Amino acid sequence: MNFQIVMLLGQDGITNGAIYALLALSILLVFTVTRILLIPQGEFVAFAALTMAAMQGGTPVRLGWLLLALSAAAMVMDIHAAWRRDGRPAVRRGSVLGVGYAAALTALTTLVPLGDAGVAVQALVTMALIVPLGLALYRVFYQPIAAAHPLVLLIVSIAVHVVLVGIGLLMFGPEGARTEPFSDGGLRLGMVMLNSQTIWVVAVSLGLILGLYLFFERSLYGKALRAAAVNRLGAELVGISPELAGKASFALAALIGSLSGILIAPITTIYYDSGFIISLKGFVGAIIGGLASYPVAALGALLIGQAESFSTFWASSYKEVIVFTLILPVLVWRSLSHHGAEDEE
Amino acid sequence: MKPGVLSKTPAARPTVSMPRLSPSGWILLALLPVLAAAPLVLPTYQVTLANNIGIFALATLGLVLLTGVAGMTSFGQAAFIGVSAYATAYLATVSAADLPAPLAWMAGSPLAGLAVGLLLTLAIATVLGAVTLRLSGHYLPLGTIAWGLSLFYLFGNLEFLGGHTGLSGIPALSLFGIAFDKAETLFYLIWAVLLLAVVATLNLLDSRVGRAIRALRGGQRMSESMGVDSFRAKMTAFLVAALYAGLAGWLYAYTQRFVSPAPFSLQAGIDFLFMALIGGVGQVWGAVIGAAGVTFAKQWLQDLLPHLLGRTGNFEAIVFGLLIVLLMQRLPGGIAGWIAKTFERRRQRPATLESMDLPDAEPLPRRPMPQKGEVVLEAKGVTRRFGGLVANRDISFSVRAGEILAVIGPNGAGKSTLFNQLSCVDRPTSGEILFRGERIDGRTARAMAGAGLSRSFQHVKLLPTMSVLENVAIGAHLRGSKGVAAAALRLDRAEEARLLAEARRQLVRVGLGQYLHAEAGSLALGQQRILEIARALCADPCLLLLDEPAAGLRFLEKQALAELLVKLRSEGMAILLVEHDMDFVMGLVDRVYVMEFGERIAEGPPETIQTDPAVLEAYLGGIE
Amino acid sequence: MSAPLLEVSDLCVSYGKIEALSNASLRVGEGQIVTVIGPNGAGKTTLLSAIMGVLPSRGHIRFLGHVGQSPAIQDMVARGMSLVPEKRALFATMSVEDNLRLGGFRFHSRSKREQDAAMEELYALFPRLKERRGQMAATLSGGERQMLALARALMGGPKLLMLDEPSLGLAPLIVREVFRIISELRRKGVSILLIEQNARAALRVADYAYVLELGRIAMEGPASELAHDPRVVAAYLGMAGKHQEMLAS
Repeated sequence: MNFQIVMLLGQDGITNGAIYALLALSILLVFTVTRILLIPQGEFVAFAALTMAAMQGGTPVRLGWLLLALSAAAMVMDIHAAWRRDGRPAVRRGSVLGVGYAAALTALTTLVPLGDAGVAVQALVTMALIVPLGLALYRVFYQPIAAAHPLVLLIVSIAVHVVLVGIGLLMFGPEGARTEPFSDGGLRLGMVMLNSQTIWVVAVSLGLILGLYLFFERSLYGKALRAAAVNRLGAELVGISPELAGKASFALAALIGSLSGILIAPITTIYYDSGFIISLKGFVGAIIGGLASYPVAALGALLIGQAESFSTFWASSYKEVIVFTLILPVLVWRSLSHHGAEDEE
Repeated sequence: MKPGVLSKTPAARPTVSMPRLSPSGWILLALLPVLAAAPLVLPTYQVTLANNIGIFALATLGLVLLTGVAGMTSFGQAAFIGVSAYATAYLATVSAADLPAPLAWMAGSPLAGLAVGLLLTLAIATVLGAVTLRLSGHYLPLGTIAWGLSLFYLFGNLEFLGGHTGLSGIPALSLFGIAFDKAETLFYLIWAVLLLAVVATLNLLDSRVGRAIRALRGGQRMSESMGVDSFRAKMTAFLVAALYAGLAGWLYAYTQRFVSPAPFSLQAGIDFLFMALIGGVGQVWGAVIGAAGVTFAKQWLQDLLPHLLGRTGNFEAIVFGLLIVLLMQRLPGGIAGWIAKTFERRRQRPATLESMDLPDAEPLPRRPMPQKGEVVLEAKGVTRRFGGLVANRDISFSVRAGEILAVIGPNGAGKSTLFNQLSCVDRPTSGEILFRGERIDGRTARAMAGAGLSRSFQHVKLLPTMSVLENVAIGAHLRGSKGVAAAALRLDRAEEARLLAEARRQLVRVGLGQYLHAEAGSLALGQQRILEIARALCADPCLLLLDEPAAGLRFLEKQALAELLVKLRSEGMAILLVEHDMDFVMGLVDRVYVMEFGERIAEGPPETIQTDPAVLEAYLGGIE
Repeated sequence: MSAPLLEVSDLCVSYGKIEALSNASLRVGEGQIVTVIGPNGAGKTTLLSAIMGVLPSRGHIRFLGHVGQSPAIQDMVARGMSLVPEKRALFATMSVEDNLRLGGFRFHSRSKREQDAAMEELYALFPRLKERRGQMAATLSGGERQMLALARALMGGPKLLMLDEPSLGLAPLIVREVFRIISELRRKGVSILLIEQNARAALRVADYAYVLELGRIAMEGPASELAHDPRVVAAYLGMAGKHQEMLAS
């Protein structure tokens, strides 16, 4: 192995690691705020990548229909909830807006060909589809059981993942797809040729992390979300509703997931079920961070990216085995450093 | 959760009345002739389906125990089946020449395949369990997902396992001269194994180890303080689940006569969880219902959906996924839970009637008790800080056998902090705690339960759906020793009878003798507090630590409690109680230790405490 | 009694099969301080939690004219009800200032200037918190934490402030400070529902009092009258005999 190869592998590792880090952060965010392990995080990634690919390839974009269906389901559930609470059905303005938005976006993406609209517009449309999808997922699947035992939340997460993968196959078909790179060429730094997509991934990831940092440290809404994670009762008592916090964290997760998908699509061929494996590496990062620490999780995810990239070189077919077995020493270490009585409820 | 129990009265004894059968007994009885006749009347295709259902149900049964009873979950069940199936297939197809000489006899031996398969499965489960089960509940499922995935890739890449094409040409199973070469004969084997596993599971749940496993869901802190090793109980449940998967894998290899990675993917692991959930994780029979229901529904959907959607694919997953979400939102007990609920409602009978049919087993051996007046517990300069906050400062006192000491003080005085340290849930920042002359600070609550220190909880901690008798029997956990195998094979009956008889004895002693078989959750709060004392007594303690035993009790209940404590004292028990209710304390105890702001403000007999100006100030409020 | 701000009738709360609160009814008038006293385990915290919507309940709760059953916390917060729970429920890893800003979350559409003005007003009442504004809540002392919890609740501009054992575990000087603030708040027109084990202090500041025992309202009456009722002393202290004499003297 020579220097060139090391740099190449390292570059690959950083690119993938940056994506895993984003996903790890988003998984942690959702977990600390809602106690939900967001297994479907990967579907945001795959759906975004495949939606981009569909727009560029001129095949029908079907994601809008899913959003429309979920928004409609959310509206029905809102009406039903109002009925049970007040004894009469009532339609919330928000849910009507949601359905209207979904319908408009579905019309746009099915009727207007976006193949030549440029990557920026395509990416915006993709995110405009997926962010509300995250919101609707929370409303329909998780909100009714927000207070349930974490085990139930995990099971629902798995079930939602399974449903979404099935729907993904229905929407995108079994073929994989790859999108055009954002820009051509690259950047030469001394002996090293940096791939343009690597630069994009790293830049956007850093930007996003900075943005998240500012959001959580500076804005009242970001602080409210943190507060909901720190002390649920306290948050409720000052009027930060768990639904609001849940929806916001899911919307953020969808945003991060869709951005990751858009970024990764030009690098790797994505299939309808690729998201799971990608997000699982984010989970490994989150586990390294003890499901609590953001910086450690991000670093862990970067490490996973490197481990994956270098194991591709040495033992390509055992790549996944190596990456997922890495979780064992981490767990051993966590287990040994763990003291005291086991948590109960 | 209401695990099925083969027999409500665990120690069966000859009676003149009709032998009573539990619901599970009836189900077994009804199922046997149906199963015996099935292969004779059904077409081979249906029998093959029934074989698959049996194998799936076996693996699902493990999840019922793990998820439904113990409150953990794993997605690794399919991977465990895979390990065992591959081991079986490999040994069945390998030529003796390819194995190292000492192992050559294993080639082609189904029993060697079974043994190696089970050993490998258990070994992997032990490693996975060891690294995840001490951590919070999220690590086991995540760990099994990661591991299940790596194993899937591993199967697909190992050449000696046939790579992605797998291993084929497994000869028909032949055991002790019987050839299991047809679906019909395999049917009997598979269903016999399944039914035995069901019975073993029911037996296991109805035993000392079973109670420890059942206490995992929502009662870990309590059962730890009664001497139950929660980690071990978790490991037991996880290993039993893995064992069932291992068995299923062996049967699978000989039923399919071909193995490849696909059926052992993570997706399959998820399917098993779905089977358990749809059938009902709280019920042992839910495994069978779930496996059958999901298998049939899958077949039907695989025919139907491609017509509806106009293409083929794994679309039934969408339906199952949505069904699971709906189930979790509306009917978390699954189908079997729903049936059991409907059934229970009709079958309600006064629990008090059953109190008489426990045999009088030989009493359990007792520990040597300290002499009256001997110092049992001693605190020396105990200080506990939380960051900058001093919750206890320099607390010193002692409790003697045959004496009741009350620690009182207003809310927030640091009594609970002190109690936690005395009961070894927490450890002092400085100072010593001595129990019968030995330092105990820093030891675990579990270790102390065995030494003769028993406690109750301020907020009653019991397992509401378990019977009063079983709840109390948890207290006697360390006075028994029979393990999983003995329980599953019912070799633990003599010991079990002694444990339950002890539990009954303590319940009678505290005056709850007529509620032995009632659900603990159905008792009034006062009775629940008394139950906690009976549970503590079951451990044969020489020191009782009671955390606010009178809180929330009615007047008569308080009186009954006081009488009980006086009786225990006269028998030589050392009792320390932390109380807020001065009235309750004053007429009862020998000495009072008064705390405020984490410090001692007075100590002495009740009469002098009642007139102590510092105490009055603390209790009547210092606001002028 | 002035027009009731809060009217609770026949409130019941069950934990499984245990009824922790049975048919509790009480009223809090505009500008009043009402206290609920009773022994540990009587259901006082349960009562406040049910009124706030933290716990599901049966029975009617009328607050500011809205009648509801088992209300949602958000609705109660939005209508101006505030609860300081016994455990304070602070945002431990966030700064004092962030805790306070979040206390005013229900006015999140307010301008920064208005928010700052509200903060300054509050700092005037709690000068100590101003000194510690940048400090993490977890590093505060017990008394400061209680002040912060109180101040955070006040940032929500409550019409009704419910306090669960505000003097719990606090040194006498700080308890005095807490009660001073409670009196001051009443002068500003905030109605208060107070749960206290320090019944003497509670009865002193309160206008009206209820005694809760075993989940039921056992007695009620003007605070000044109840303070002299020998049965009340027994109910909350569990100390009969000598202590009554002490109290009477």
